[in-house]
Amino acid sequence: MMNDLRDLYQEVIFDHNRNPRNFHVMEDANRTVEGFNPLCGDRLTLYLNVQNQVIEDASFQGSGCAISTASVSLMTEMVKGKTEQEAQSLFETFHKITTGKDDELKLEELGKLQVLAGVRAYPARVKCATLAWHTLDAAIKNEADSVTTE
Amino acid sequence: MSGVNREAVELSIASRRFDVNQVRGDFPILSEVVRGKPLVYLDNAATSQKPRAVIDAISHVYEHDFSNVHRGVHTLSERSTAAYEQAREKVRQFINADSTKEVIFLRGTTEAINLVASSYGGANIKQGDEILITAMEHHSNIVPWQMLCQRTGAILKVAPINLDGELVLEEFQQLLSDRTRIVSVSHMSNALGSINPVEKIIELAHASNIPVMLDGAQAVPHLAVDVQKLDCDFYAFSGHKLYAPSGIGVLYGKSELLEAMPPYQGGGDMIRRVTFEGTEYNALPYKFEAGTPSIADTIGLGAALDYISSLGIEQIAEHEKQLLDYATECAQKISGLRIIGTAEQKGAILSFVLDTVHPHDIGTVLDHYGIAVRAGHHCAMPVMDFFKVPATARASFAMYNTFEEVDILMDGLKEVIKVFG
Repeated sequence: MMNDLRDLYQEVIFDHNRNPRNFHVMEDANRTVEGFNPLCGDRLTLYLNVQNQVIEDASFQGSGCAISTASVSLMTEMVKGKTEQEAQSLFETFHKITTGKDDELKLEELGKLQVLAGVRAYPARVKCATLAWHTLDAAIKNEADSVTTE
Repeated sequence: MSGVNREAVELSIASRRFDVNQVRGDFPILSEVVRGKPLVYLDNAATSQKPRAVIDAISHVYEHDFSNVHRGVHTLSERSTAAYEQAREKVRQFINADSTKEVIFLRGTTEAINLVASSYGGANIKQGDEILITAMEHHSNIVPWQMLCQRTGAILKVAPINLDGELVLEEFQQLLSDRTRIVSVSHMSNALGSINPVEKIIELAHASNIPVMLDGAQAVPHLAVDVQKLDCDFYAFSGHKLYAPSGIGVLYGKSELLEAMPPYQGGGDMIRRVTFEGTEYNALPYKFEAGTPSIADTIGLGAALDYISSLGIEQIAEHEKQLLDYATECAQKISGLRIIGTAEQKGAILSFVLDTVHPHDIGTVLDHYGIAVRAGHHCAMPVMDFFKVPATARASFAMYNTFEEVDILMDGLKEVIKVFG
C-alpha cells in the first residue's frame, strides 16, 4: 500500500475494523443514542451505562466504513471508567486534532486515538471519525435519541 | 485484465468511427494528474466534464457578446439574446419538442420537478388525490412531491422495484387509480442504471388521462430522447450531466399544459404588463423564466448539444454500452463483489458493493490511484434501504471513458481488496 494511504489506514484501524471491540447490544444500558452520517449512510447505536457520572460500560452496534468502525470501537475502549467530563474533554481534543484546528495539541494526549489523526488530510472523511464522538456527546448530554453529523 | 472480447469490441467501435481518443482530446480536464496518476474520471452520473467547445463558448460570450437578454436595444443585448434563444432552438431540436415555447430554461432537473409539483400540482392536485412515483427515484423526484402532499393532503404512492432494480410494471399498473393525478418517474435511475419502460408507463397512464413527468437527468446524456414520440407531458434534465455547465437545465412541457399552469416565480421577464392592481403574465416560455437567467451557461448548453450531435448520440450510446458490458463482465469475476442494479435495460452505471470493504473506503483507496468514483447513497436512500446496503460504490461511464480505464478500475479494486483483505 502507498505510504500516504498508510497514514490514513494504520494497522490499528484495520485491526479494529476487522474485530471491533465492545460490538454488542448492552442490555442494562441507561443511555442509548443513534448516530447517523447522511453523507455516507453510516449508522451506529451507542450504548452507555452511566453511574454517578462515570461511564461504567460502553458498547455499540451498526455498520460503517473502516474509519468510522475503528473510531467507535477505540472510543468505547477509551471512555470506559472515565467520568462524563473526562470523556467530553477527550472529544474536544479529538475533534480539534481530526479537523486540524489546533496544531499545538499533543497527539500523546489522545493515546491510542492518535491513529485516527490521519483523517486531517482527508476532509471528506473527518465525519467518519467524529460520528462516534458526536453520538457520545449527545448521549452524555442526554439531549437526543439520534444525532447526525450534518 | 485482458480478455472479454476486448479486441472485437474495439474493432466494432472503430468501424463506427467513434474515436474515443479524439474525444478525449476535446476535454482538457482529462489531462489532469491526481495524486501522481492520470485522472480516471468515472463519476459521470454525478456530473460530466466539459469539452473545449463548451468552455470556449462560455469564454466567447463573456469576452465578446455579454449583456442581459430580452431587454436592451443595444448590440450586445441583441447578440446575447440571439445566442440565448439559439440555445433554446438547439434544445428543441435535441429532444424534438414541437415548439421552443415548450422549452423552459431553469437551473436544473431539481428546479424543473419543483416547478411542476408546485405549479401544475398546486393547481390540479387536491386532498386525497394521488401522485405515483417509483421506488428507484432520486430524492429530487420524491421530496417535491412529498412537500406537495404536505401542503394539499394528497397521497404519495410508490411503485415497487424487483431485486434486479427494475420497476414491477404490473404493480405500477395496479397503483394507477381514479385518484392518480400525475405520474413522475425517472427515465434512467442514477443509483442503479435501470432504464424504465417509459413508453409503456406513458401508455398506461394516458389510458386513464393521467399526465406523466419524466426525470431525464441521467437518460439524456446516454440515449436519444424524442419527447413527441414518447408523448410524455413533462420532461426534465440538467445541463451539467450533459457536458454543459452546471446551473442550467430544461423543463419540457406540452404547451397546452404549460399554458394552463400558473407561474412558478414572479419577477422580471415573466410579465407582459405590471400595475399595482395586477399583472398580465408573459407568453410561454418566458412565463416560467422570472429574473435574469444563467445566460452564458445556457449558451454553453447549446454548444454542448452541438458537440454531442457532431459525434452522434447513438454512437455515444453504443460506446458506453460496450464499456458497461466490459466492466460488468470484469466486475463479475471479482470475488466478493456484488453488483447493485442488474436490470436488463440499463445505462452505463456500475453500482456495487464489496463484502469486506465499505464503499467510502473503496472511494478513498481508488482516489489514490487517480480513479474518481462515487461512494454513498447517491441521493437515493430508499434504494439503499431496499437493497439493505448503507451505500454503494458507483462507477459511471461517459463518452470519453476507455477500456483501459475499466482495467485500471478493476486493478484498483483488486488492490482495495488486498489492502482490506
